[in-house]
Amino acid sequence: MAGNKKKFIQGNEACTEGALYAGCRFYAGYPITPSTEIMEICGARLPRMGGAFIQMEDEIASICAIVGASLGGLKSMTATSGPGFSLMQEGLGFACMTEVPCVIVNVMRSGPSTGFPTGPSQSDVMQTKWGTHGDHPAIVLTPASVEEIFHETVRAFNLSEIYRTPVILLYDEIIGRMREAVTIPAPGEIEVVARRVPTCSPAEYKPYDAKGGDIAPLASYGDGYRFHVTGLYHAADGFPTNNTQLIEEACIRLLRKVDDNKERIWKNEEYHLDDAEVGIFAYGVSAKSAKFAVKELRKKGIKAGLLRPLTIWPFPDRAVEELAGRVKAIIVPEMNMGQIVYEVERASRGKCEVKGIFRVDTEPIKPVQIIECITGNGLKPSSPGSKMGEMMVERDMLDG
Amino acid sequence: MSRPAEEIKPLAKKKKKAPFNYSPYVRGGKLPHIWCPGCGHGIVLKCLLRAIHTTGLLRDDIAMVSGIGCSSRTPGYVDFNTLHTLHGRALAYATGLKLAKPRLNVIVTTGDGDALAIGGNHFIHACRRNMDMTILVYNNAVYGMTSGQASPTTPPGKISTTSRNGSIEPPFDTCSLARAAGATFVARGTAYHFQELEKVIYEAIMHKGTSVVDIIDACPTYYGRFNKYKSPTEMMEKIEKEGTVSVKQVDKLSPEELEGKLLRGILHKSDRPEYCAEYQKLMTKVQAK
Repeated sequence: MAGNKKKFIQGNEACTEGALYAGCRFYAGYPITPSTEIMEICGARLPRMGGAFIQMEDEIASICAIVGASLGGLKSMTATSGPGFSLMQEGLGFACMTEVPCVIVNVMRSGPSTGFPTGPSQSDVMQTKWGTHGDHPAIVLTPASVEEIFHETVRAFNLSEIYRTPVILLYDEIIGRMREAVTIPAPGEIEVVARRVPTCSPAEYKPYDAKGGDIAPLASYGDGYRFHVTGLYHAADGFPTNNTQLIEEACIRLLRKVDDNKERIWKNEEYHLDDAEVGIFAYGVSAKSAKFAVKELRKKGIKAGLLRPLTIWPFPDRAVEELAGRVKAIIVPEMNMGQIVYEVERASRGKCEVKGIFRVDTEPIKPVQIIECITGNGLKPSSPGSKMGEMMVERDMLDG
Repeated sequence: MSRPAEEIKPLAKKKKKAPFNYSPYVRGGKLPHIWCPGCGHGIVLKCLLRAIHTTGLLRDDIAMVSGIGCSSRTPGYVDFNTLHTLHGRALAYATGLKLAKPRLNVIVTTGDGDALAIGGNHFIHACRRNMDMTILVYNNAVYGMTSGQASPTTPPGKISTTSRNGSIEPPFDTCSLARAAGATFVARGTAYHFQELEKVIYEAIMHKGTSVVDIIDACPTYYGRFNKYKSPTEMMEKIEKEGTVSVKQVDKLSPEELEGKLLRGILHKSDRPEYCAEYQKLMTKVQAK
């Protein structure tokens, strides 16, 4: 298509391209490996596009600044990694509670603590759901290639505006720093969602009025709607309330915004699942290895298939349960000591075996590990001491 | 939107000056406020609204941002674009909002704990950047909202629920800190000297750059009770009246008379490039390339 640009770029660069394509015009951040390229490129490009860029004093300030900017009417983003993401948790909850759209990118590195800063991992996947305190909605997207980072960044901004909630883009250091060819679509080629703003008069405007659906339009400060925003539980007009019924309603509505729209938010890739006897559930870089493993296993005559979530939260319960009903086992390779495997176990409702392959030496899970796990050849626990790793799929299970 | 000044009708037609009409600035149905009887925050609010009126700024063009604490409840009562945020983080939100929409006049209401303890890092960096905003630190030397713990401005020896035997920590001087960090307008006022305070807040809002006003006021409920002050008025007299000296009188007083007193008035004013203006210049430069 005319206007398309093919570029050979890094994952973090693709993230910036996606953000700018989606209309991001504000970036606040604090440098941290391995996400810093996003900040550096935003710093160079946003001023040229009339957007704002600021280096804040820490990650706490960064997430607060993007929420402030979003209330000023600009699509806003920050990017970070483990330690910075931990610092952002309170601000993330504030964005959920006040329903301010923004995008937070977490390029996962090895942890806990400072860990191995240049070493990749997938160990923040539960934190993206449960990191901030209190019941709150979570939308988390997990791209697995450089081109997908571009598209999922655009989708992150769109979902953030549609559901008036922060959206987390979660990928590992390998995807973030890998270089691949990316086709940047021409403007208008893929959908970019604009913020829904109020059409009523300022006097009638209530920033949290759920009457017209769970998601109220959001005015910008300075546009004539003088409204109040607070992290306290608030009524439809935005002012604090200690009415227990209103508190319950507000909490349930926050969760319902995402829960009722799961089908619109879910996005999975299914690879050779139609006739699969063993399923692999993998996201991010582990899905790259899983896809390769599926090809190799098929060559050996083993009917393996891959279920790859591009939306990890809300968790794709239905797809997992459906898969569990027709395979003998689901293998979950992830670069941590077992996180999303428990979600797969929960969602499969005992309909099949669920086994994890874990790796935390900052090397990616190799296709051969997945292949060996499934064929039972040369089996060894993928992580020493891990019960999950020791329970391998029985060969006869697959003969079936 | 009409200017608030035009909405205000004189209440009396006598020769006597009409009383100030606060109603255009106060949100209907949101009063009474949560502040205790004898608390100075109401006086600060009065001075703030009168100062804003004098600036002639439109309500639509004012954003008031706060953190957590008694002082941070101010935005809920006033009819501006208002944002009540996390403990300590008001300045970070304000920074994002101001840079995103520089035409907004940003006023931050915060307290000594909010601005100088949990928010201390944001405070010094806001001063350093010199983004055009007004920071009002309601300084009552105690955490009032959580019932009277020591704050970074609690004087040595004073009693709080977390310094029951007297504080052993040296306090911050808000103004020295702000000046050292680079704020281009630094002033101090008290709730007792309310006319002075109104003028100082007016000057702070009009100043182009980061303005900090340290506002000494009293928390009779906790600080006063723990430290054996008999009444809110005694607190105001001892802490705000006798504990401070106007910068205009400094030359007339001996070092002994100035001992232990805080200075009131505009303590520092300088001219340094303002952040949003600099960012605008940077954009113009890179876009011309």
